[in-house]
Amino acid sequence: MNRQKMMKISVEQLNLFYGQNQVLKNVSLEVYEKEILGVIGPANAGKSSLLRALNRLYEIDYARISGKIRLDGENIFNIPVNDLRKRVGLIFATPVVLPGSIFKNMSYGPRLHRKIKKQELNDIVADALKAANLWEEVKDRLYNSASTLSGGQQQRLCIARTLAMNPEVIMMDEPCSGLDPISTAKIEATMLELKETYTFILVTNNTKQAARTVDRTAFFLAGELIEINKTEKIFTKPDDPRTDDYIRGRFG
Amino acid sequence: MKDKIAEKLLLFIAFSAIGSLLLITFFIFQQGIPLIFKIGLSNFFSMHWSPTRGQFGILSMIIGSLMVTVGALIVGIPFGLACAIYLAEFSSKMVQKTLKPIIELLAGIPSVVYGFIGIVILVPFIRTHFGGPGFSVLASSIILGIMILPTIVSISYDSLVAVPNTYREGSYALGATKWQTVVKLLIPAARSGIVAGIILGMGRAIGETMAVIMVAGNALKIPHSILDSVRTLTSTIALELGYATGDHRAALFACGAFLFIIITILNIIAIRVTGHRE
Amino acid sequence: MTFRIGPRTSQIIAYIILLLMTIITIIVLFFIIGYVFKNGFAQLSLEFLFDKTREMGKEGGILPSIIGTLFVTVLAVIIATPLGVGSAVYLVEYTGGGLLRRIISFGADCLAGVPSIIFGLFGFIFFVIQLKLGWSILSGSLTLAVMIIPTIIRTSEEAIKAVPLSYREISYSLGGGKLDTIWKVVLPTSLPGILTGVILGIGRAIGETAAVIFTAGSSLGMPTSVFSSTRTLAVHFYILAREGISMEKAYGTATVLIIIILFVNFVAYRLMHRFMERYY
Repeated sequence: MNRQKMMKISVEQLNLFYGQNQVLKNVSLEVYEKEILGVIGPANAGKSSLLRALNRLYEIDYARISGKIRLDGENIFNIPVNDLRKRVGLIFATPVVLPGSIFKNMSYGPRLHRKIKKQELNDIVADALKAANLWEEVKDRLYNSASTLSGGQQQRLCIARTLAMNPEVIMMDEPCSGLDPISTAKIEATMLELKETYTFILVTNNTKQAARTVDRTAFFLAGELIEINKTEKIFTKPDDPRTDDYIRGRFG
Repeated sequence: MKDKIAEKLLLFIAFSAIGSLLLITFFIFQQGIPLIFKIGLSNFFSMHWSPTRGQFGILSMIIGSLMVTVGALIVGIPFGLACAIYLAEFSSKMVQKTLKPIIELLAGIPSVVYGFIGIVILVPFIRTHFGGPGFSVLASSIILGIMILPTIVSISYDSLVAVPNTYREGSYALGATKWQTVVKLLIPAARSGIVAGIILGMGRAIGETMAVIMVAGNALKIPHSILDSVRTLTSTIALELGYATGDHRAALFACGAFLFIIITILNIIAIRVTGHRE
Repeated sequence: MTFRIGPRTSQIIAYIILLLMTIITIIVLFFIIGYVFKNGFAQLSLEFLFDKTREMGKEGGILPSIIGTLFVTVLAVIIATPLGVGSAVYLVEYTGGGLLRRIISFGADCLAGVPSIIFGLFGFIFFVIQLKLGWSILSGSLTLAVMIIPTIIRTSEEAIKAVPLSYREISYSLGGGKLDTIWKVVLPTSLPGILTGVILGIGRAIGETAAVIFTAGSSLGMPTSVFSSTRTLAVHFYILAREGISMEKAYGTATVLIIIILFVNFVAYRLMHRFMERYY
């Protein structure tokens, strides 16, 4: 068993403030390469805020931050923010498709960064859609409006859109929260397939989903990281009683 | 980085635009206020407007503007509200979709066309059937009333439509008829929007120039009946600017400044009343 | 004994009155346009449209006015649109909804309601006299531009604000910069709203008289440059009507004016529909 995994992201003493409101308190953790890290906890625990810190998206909310975050050892504040966000992708809870065709949604990202020839663009789009398990369903209607897709399909489109950027880390913020069980299953399967290639961080409210899919789990409560360990341990014999309470459904 | 350039460029643009707007405000006051101080407030608000004799009393014109505006509201509010209520509550979606743009088309007709119709049709009509010169408060009120109709209709309609359907459903469930619902529930609920629309219409009427010049007669005296000729503040500015010099010209700016203040106050009230302007 | 009208009866009466009043309003509208058209159509000959104006407007055509109106309006829109839209973009995207933005929005709102004669006053002294631009197309369009900028700022601001935050978030998380996000996501999405404001501005500018007569002047010659004075269609119509020079020509001019305005509005609606279809 290969336990010597490379560290992909390291977070040290992270604090995040929205105005007077502190949403992350002294959080320190590590994310290993090609693992799926689950982040669980009740509402307002800071889970989404953690993701938004990792790709510096909080900056558009005019929020303030202190602490260190490193990607592959590099301080993410020294990396140009556009590049950072290409490498660390984020998928939101509610699938949001941009107005326009499926193809337009897919090609928006890649075309931001360089001029791409039509053929290469078609390939990028097709590959990403295949990886997201959406290709078969849309290959004949790439130029239809993206809003004609179902909720589950739209979410997979969001995943494909992120994949088209060739990221290293994919963060998912409760991606299945509005979806039916079948779509959820499809997305979980996609994630497990892609685990070979990418590092995942999955925020979920659904403890059963976490237990099913992730390697290690981090439990957050009111902005603090309470416990982080292998999933099996968190769900059977957690160190902290609060973790235990949450897992057993005593609150949250 | 291109983002930085874009930000600086946009800031410059915003400054220029805002700057030009500030320029106007400042300019009007800078040209007009000194005159008011020069001739004194009691002169400015007196009855006598006689530029050749150095008298710049705007009171008669204020009264003229007021009469004409009130008249416009008397004509515009009933019809405006009636259209808005009919469209919002008593007509089908199809009718609404066709009629509303048509009424808004009324707003696109240039004021001079309204004035022209006034001269050609309304004024002779009033002269023959009611007496007087025809160029009158009555003619101005009718024309202005028609001109402010679209404003009142639009804003009142939007306010009525914005009232949540749950209000209506609740009322019907209690056995009320549509009309009762409208009168007792919907209009009070949409009250602030409707009032804002009326205030804005008022602002439009006060500021209207060309149409009024064409049908009001422009005699410099206080009208004793609605069939009398009348002169408004706006007409004075437009009629005399072409040849006014020195103090006379400054006085016209003072009129402009006065108008500016009144209309801005009306706008502020309208915005306050709704919280946000249409 | 009091005579009570039951609620059902009141409703029927109310309905009839409301319907009648609405019909009267519509009739008035059609009457106004119809009357002008009826008397003006006869004037619409090729000669009328393409001939120079003669005898102070009693004879000849209205070509100088058509050209003049075109220049003044187009120039005004070219100046006002980037300024207005750019300001709106800055207000929404770069000021974070703070006090500054609310003050500027408020200012724009107020100025959008200022009557055109005030702009005429301003333009006359500032552009014509102080800047020594004289009565000219340039003075006219600058004045008109200043007049329609507040309207454009207002409508553009609303349209840009209406673009969902999530669209921007998606663009940013895909690595887009602020300029990319604004140019490729926010502006295209808000374009219909922005265009509405611009077209409203155009409509207002074309029919405008008070602001133009004191700045572009009332010369009847063919404009040769932006420094030429010109008499726009609305101004020409006004002068013909008020001075009683020629009623027939007045009707003709008004007809052309109204047709142009109707056309602009029509184009606006078509453009918007086409755009919405392409995008949604």
